[in-house]
Amino acid sequence: MNNRSRALLAALAPFLGLILILLLCGLYGHFFKPDAAFFSGHRLALIAKQTAIVGVGALGMTAVIAAGGIDLSVGSMIALTSVTLAQTLAAGWSPVAALCATIAVGVAAGALNGLLVTGLRLVPFIVTLGTMLVYRGLAESIAAERKIAASAPDWLGSLLDPPASGSLQLVPSGVWIIVVLAFVLALVLRRTVFGRQIFAIGSSEPTARLCGVAVERRKIEVYALLGFFMALAGVLEFDNLNGQGSPSSGGGTELGIIAAVVIGGGSLNGGRGSVVGSLVGALMITTLGAGCAFAEISEPVQKIVTGSIIIAAVALDRTRQKQGS
Amino acid sequence: MSAPLFRMTCVSKSFGATRALRDISFAVKAGEIRALVGENGAGKSTLLGILAGVHQPDSGSMEVGGAAFAPRGPKDASKSGVAMIHQELAIAPDLSLAENIALGAEPAHAGFVDRTRMRDQAKAALARLSTEPIDVDRAAREFPLSTLQLVEIARALCSQARVIVFDEPTSSLGKADATRLFQVIRELGAQGLAIVVVTHFLEELPLFADTYTVLRDGEVVAEGPIAGTTSDDLVQAMVGRSIDLAFPRVPRTPGDVLLSVESLSGQRTPSDVSLKVRRGEVLGLAGLVGAGRSEFLRCVFGLDRRRSGIVRIADAPLRSRSPRESIRRRLGFLSEDRKGEGLALDQSIEDNLTLSRLGPYSRGGWLSLRKRRTVVREALERACCKPGDPSAILSSLSGGNQQKVAFARLLHQEAEILLLDEPTRGIDVATKSEIYQTIGELAASGKAIVIASSHFPELLHVCDRIAVFQRGNLGAVRPASDWTEASLLRAASGVGS
Repeated sequence: MNNRSRALLAALAPFLGLILILLLCGLYGHFFKPDAAFFSGHRLALIAKQTAIVGVGALGMTAVIAAGGIDLSVGSMIALTSVTLAQTLAAGWSPVAALCATIAVGVAAGALNGLLVTGLRLVPFIVTLGTMLVYRGLAESIAAERKIAASAPDWLGSLLDPPASGSLQLVPSGVWIIVVLAFVLALVLRRTVFGRQIFAIGSSEPTARLCGVAVERRKIEVYALLGFFMALAGVLEFDNLNGQGSPSSGGGTELGIIAAVVIGGGSLNGGRGSVVGSLVGALMITTLGAGCAFAEISEPVQKIVTGSIIIAAVALDRTRQKQGS
Repeated sequence: MSAPLFRMTCVSKSFGATRALRDISFAVKAGEIRALVGENGAGKSTLLGILAGVHQPDSGSMEVGGAAFAPRGPKDASKSGVAMIHQELAIAPDLSLAENIALGAEPAHAGFVDRTRMRDQAKAALARLSTEPIDVDRAAREFPLSTLQLVEIARALCSQARVIVFDEPTSSLGKADATRLFQVIRELGAQGLAIVVVTHFLEELPLFADTYTVLRDGEVVAEGPIAGTTSDDLVQAMVGRSIDLAFPRVPRTPGDVLLSVESLSGQRTPSDVSLKVRRGEVLGLAGLVGAGRSEFLRCVFGLDRRRSGIVRIADAPLRSRSPRESIRRRLGFLSEDRKGEGLALDQSIEDNLTLSRLGPYSRGGWLSLRKRRTVVREALERACCKPGDPSAILSSLSGGNQQKVAFARLLHQEAEILLLDEPTRGIDVATKSEIYQTIGELAASGKAIVIASSHFPELLHVCDRIAVFQRGNLGAVRPASDWTEASLLRAASGVGS
């Protein structure tokens, strides 16, 4: 096999996994539940909506993992930013100002992770394990450990609401925003100086340093970029809770986000990661959940299945990599 | 004396097409201390690997005390009574000396370590090596290197080693510590062990060794008793004539001074080095492993921290000490560690080649990938790099072609001063010759080139001037035509010329 077809196969692998899961769900429906089809517009819209939060996080995480980093604090960042949004809105800020504040908090939280990783020369796993607690604590103290309700205009507060029936929009507008952002991020990673340097750092930091890449600065930037995406995830979470900011949001979401990136072909050793792959990975995890629910598989079994699939996906990817090189 | 305690018979080893060792035979009796010497690349490392069981010989055999010895790994080797003391000590800094000595063979009852016995055996073993009392309960990190070396030897003694192999034991020791180590080695010999010492420092041999074996190009070319043998005899045997290799030479004349380094000192090495390189000149840095050649280049380029000193490029000082600034000022550095540092192996050729200079394809940070691909394709053609596909992943290329990509990167970033650290390491003969040709052409086009190499013939043929480093210091700098392999070896290994 030549380089190009191998690369194509690698890019398609997560898709194949997703199609396989959809196929299984469809077959199950066909044989065991002929009266309730799995593929209903409603269910697919629900899957898209449920994928939104993990998906937008997976976008930012793709860049961080491609740069050889990791961020465990993303779940807490969802809580911190959604609480920020709710609190500012409740305090009477204009929606635009509240959104700006939310994004600023997300970017700052991400940049702080980057600063700690580069400044203290600590492994990102440890740094973000710490900030995971710090950000969670901040969210809880801002919200005084309660949910904060606030009203927001439609453009900000209803991003995950299903579109009017019969509209051509098909999925909630928040999902479209993610699609657009994914497209932009894919371009940025592939065709900007920033993107290529990110991959070089993740692949071999000494090489990047040798080539004069400003390694520290780039790392801070990529963590800040993840912070931006997590702010959006926070907004979506606020919408998901119907206009509430909850300090307990996003607990455990970091694992789903990292799993999505890894299923999508990202390597925790850095240097590899695909925006489309990560989105498909996120989609795979929610589809699996929806499928299990559809097949009335109990939640504990669902967890076991999802966990096994994550391991299987990455193991498959590893063997393919070895054959490739 | 009786039959030898250790014997190697007709051992050969090849890696791919490279013949690393050919029909190596030597023997060491109980109580004998044999020095194993040879130039860089003569096959010493492979030989050590075979003794430690890291490599398996293609043919030939070994025996220890009359029994066949064919280790499958370091642990296997030590079980058979052959212990290896490496240049890089294998010491766990946070464990106590006693624990370090017992490491891997802790005396135990039902899984619980017998601490009393562990301490007693550590003390007993150290007592065989040193008259000074050493507190075996303190953590290893509290002791100097010379003591830790004794700890490693003690570990070998505890594992009932009958043959101890030292790899460059004095390369990081001061003179006093080295002298003490020689006493220890002699003492071990007197206790009836067979000792093999691999060393570069020829002047030290009479201080401890009884016999010598000289390796050259993977073969034993001389052996005999140390008594009555001079350093010159050994040098002659080590140098000999090596494999024929084409060294194309492009005519050139040196111009103005482009790079000048004044009293440059690094964190450890080098210390106080001053050198000048002209346009159109190739300067070679010779020296043994660890002499400070690489560190010198890395300090100049800004990859390693400088303690003091000034680097000037065309008379203007290089103020910032980052690779970034160095690249901007037209310095280029080729790493000796191609896989770990020089190249990002899981990225494409085009990414690797252009990483140090993406500017020409960038408009406001956005890259024109098509333009870049065209340029990279031309660069690969010029470099005669066989897979001309810029999107190929680097790990799919041969070592030679990878090195061509690393070279092409320096040219792509328009470096005027090329600092090349072991530019032909691990590369096939044909590519080597192409690289020499390229170096010559670059010099002829007015670039200044500095090559650090442990391969003396390469330096003698490719360079205009050669500077010798010895233990971090700069020794003599002379035109290449004034050096011979023998005189380089003498200067590098500290034998008075």
